[in-house]
Amino acid sequence: MLPNIPFLKNKNREDQSKVFVPSRRDFLKIGSLATGGFLLGVNFQCSGPKGETITFAPNVYLSINSDNEVTIIAHRSEMGTGIRTSLPQIVADELGADWSTVKIVQAEGDEEKYGNQNTDGSFSVRMFYEPMRKAGATGRHMLISAAAAKWGVDASECDTENGMVVHAGSSKKIQFGELVESLKDAPMPAEGDIKLRDASSFKLIGTDVPIYDVKDITRGKAVFGADVDLPNMKIAVVKRTPVIGAKVISYNDEKALAVPGVVQVVKIEGSGFPPGLDKALEGVAVIAENTWAAIKGREALEVEWDLGENQSYNSAQQLTEMVQSTTKNGKVRRERGDFNSASRAASKVIERTYEAPFYAHATIEPPAAIAHVKEDGSCEVWAPTQHPQWARGAVAGALGIDVSQVKINVTLLGGGFGRKSKPDFVVEAATLSKAAKAPVRVQWTREDDLHFDFFHSHSAQRIKASLDSSGNLTGWNHHTVFPAIGSTSSKEELHPSDGEMGLGCVDFPFDVPNIRIESHESTGNTRVGWLRSVSNIHHAFAMHSMMDEIAEARGKDPIENALELLGEDRDITFQSEMVGGDYGNYGEKIEDFPWNTGRMKNVIREVASKSNWTANKEAGKIMGFAAHKSFLTYVACVVVLEKDSTGKISIPEVFYAVDCGVAVNTDRIRSQFEGGSQFATSLATTSAITFENGQVQQNNFDTYQIIRMPASPKKIHVNIIESQIKPTGVGEPPVPPFIPALANAMYRMNGERIYKLPFKV
Amino acid sequence: MSQFTLTINGEKKEVDAVDDMPLLWVLRDLLGMKGTKFGCGQALCGACTVHLDGTAVRSCSIPISEVGDGQITTIEGLSENGDHPVQQAWVEHIVPQCGYCQSGQIMNAAALLKANPSPSDEEIEAGMAGNLCRCGTYNRIKEAIKSASQAQ
Repeated sequence: MLPNIPFLKNKNREDQSKVFVPSRRDFLKIGSLATGGFLLGVNFQCSGPKGETITFAPNVYLSINSDNEVTIIAHRSEMGTGIRTSLPQIVADELGADWSTVKIVQAEGDEEKYGNQNTDGSFSVRMFYEPMRKAGATGRHMLISAAAAKWGVDASECDTENGMVVHAGSSKKIQFGELVESLKDAPMPAEGDIKLRDASSFKLIGTDVPIYDVKDITRGKAVFGADVDLPNMKIAVVKRTPVIGAKVISYNDEKALAVPGVVQVVKIEGSGFPPGLDKALEGVAVIAENTWAAIKGREALEVEWDLGENQSYNSAQQLTEMVQSTTKNGKVRRERGDFNSASRAASKVIERTYEAPFYAHATIEPPAAIAHVKEDGSCEVWAPTQHPQWARGAVAGALGIDVSQVKINVTLLGGGFGRKSKPDFVVEAATLSKAAKAPVRVQWTREDDLHFDFFHSHSAQRIKASLDSSGNLTGWNHHTVFPAIGSTSSKEELHPSDGEMGLGCVDFPFDVPNIRIESHESTGNTRVGWLRSVSNIHHAFAMHSMMDEIAEARGKDPIENALELLGEDRDITFQSEMVGGDYGNYGEKIEDFPWNTGRMKNVIREVASKSNWTANKEAGKIMGFAAHKSFLTYVACVVVLEKDSTGKISIPEVFYAVDCGVAVNTDRIRSQFEGGSQFATSLATTSAITFENGQVQQNNFDTYQIIRMPASPKKIHVNIIESQIKPTGVGEPPVPPFIPALANAMYRMNGERIYKLPFKV
Repeated sequence: MSQFTLTINGEKKEVDAVDDMPLLWVLRDLLGMKGTKFGCGQALCGACTVHLDGTAVRSCSIPISEVGDGQITTIEGLSENGDHPVQQAWVEHIVPQCGYCQSGQIMNAAALLKANPSPSDEEIEAGMAGNLCRCGTYNRIKEAIKSASQAQ
């Protein structure tokens, strides 16, 4: 199967669009295959114990039954973004449903049926806004047709609201459920006949709809990965390879098997090195009647390892080498004009080096998955996965069965941030269930999670900026180096991919006449993956820290500087300046989602206004600014700092302005920015993973720290730009600008520039 | 293996367990009470917070043999209908994002308010410092605690 993985390899645009944006065309194709209509329509079915409840399902996402129950399928994974609410909210609004009675059901992993389910890359709303509207509008169209026929009125005089069809010219109204039977033989409408609502009639889109699961969560009833219980289920804890690529020479399970409750010890054949993104690591699993017995059994297990080629890997040493490499000529990825000439002619060249560490995702729910390999060889899984289709394919591959024999039930995710895209832990559960001949939950501990993550890469960057005697910025030269995501699958992937370069590096938006952007080689020695906002984390830190220095060198206010250097309002197309590769644009065509400097300047002006930037600056308030577009969403950020009489620094306020096009669930947009600023505070100030002798040095939340309430940013103001432009996602875009905005504020506080993450506040 | 009689949410429960099994795994694995979550196993994140005799404790780090006849309250037993003032405030402020840490946050907040019905911002921050939220819902947690404080 096609693993829908962004950023994996250098891909040309066509390849990427197939992989990364799978695709309106496929979506429509799926529909027409099944129905001849525009969405997969299960036109009619009977259900219920006595067959008395009749269900009308105009497409796979929506069904309405004769008891007036509206059920909407959530086909994307819920990991905290609110997507399990936001997409059904769109369907319900177009349908005219009574939201308080809508039931949401989580889809199993089935790409043919539901289309793309890879919940990643901030693309759920971007990809599915229109399909969800059409799914709801089809239902509305058919219900209105049925009601109009019943009443003998023109359909154009009718609308839907609160779960009823209503007639404008009279007081006639009828509940959806009463129309279900009359839709028995109704033909699916042609796509061209479906009219979407005018935005002025939205009742749910653009509002603060509470998340569907809020009551279950507050009562402890929400079901996450490890919460599924099956009869006769065993629990497995795995002693994994201490160094990625190490192999088991031998193991002694005598003491482990002596632990009360331990039932079996099983070796897992690992993938070696490179480890791959969807394979289990080499290890020895202890299978027990309960989690504690498995943990104790693992402690008692003795394993002898051949540590392999990464046993002397030291991340600090590699980072030093990476920094050194940026002083040399790299592989040019984007070029405009002639940076070297600009640099020679400059009256001033600012040259700075930026470093950032490895980061772990550290979802509070550690990976866990339940698999049941049944007697017929089929496998059913319950897992907190961001990417059920990839899990399905990976399990099928590991068990040597067809994907049709694998069923993936998606639970709630206790955080994802990219970690739970990778199905390695699901493969472990399936492999162990087969060996145990019983359902197995594989349970990762926190130590497992931090040791065996797919890490965000550490990185080195060097930026040179040239200024002429009039203070004009004449040149920008950005060197970047970090172990690529591709290195997890191939030793030949030594440079960041086009996808990774497109995340805040080659998409340098400022209008500078001479630009050269270069990458350098580095090796992968662990499992590298993607973490909320991916390479934007380190690229935005470097780019906007440097922009702040440039503003200072030019004698300009940072916001004034950014507005000026963004230049005229226009769409930027990077492609003509790309060297030996393509500009990714997050998998979207640049004409569909252009890089518009006017929209960026607008959010910058908004954040300046809302933060009262100019007056507060004059009053001596300590503030830092950065603005960064990622995942096609425009974000500007101001971070405010305060120092108390004891010298303790805090972040009392953060101001964000965001332009994500149409705002679907305004409360969840705000919550993503509130949380994104906290997440970014951890990356900026507390968290780092390091390797010595090939092994991660951090074990738990005492050594891999994430921000706690006392040091967290306090008031997060989120200003959402009203827009009717097609929507883009907000899961990741809050993170990148926050880190340089905080670093720039720290400079104003202390007079010292920050060049290395994490830094002390 | 020993037999223990625990009082959980007002009910007596009998379990067979090894003496060092943490209360967390007794609740989750032996009693099927899944509302209490595993996060770190080292009392560093607070996801497993329950009440022992009205005080917030980390169930991942309390062996069953040390529970004795203490009264245990879990998220399932905080209120009969999910309407404890803290739970109501959590709904009102739409606190959760992924929701995984929230059982522990709610249990910790309920114990905090019991000990200090009108905490200041600083007291809330200090009192909640042991509960991690990776999604970053801290400010809504704080606002919800203030609402619950007023509602009491």
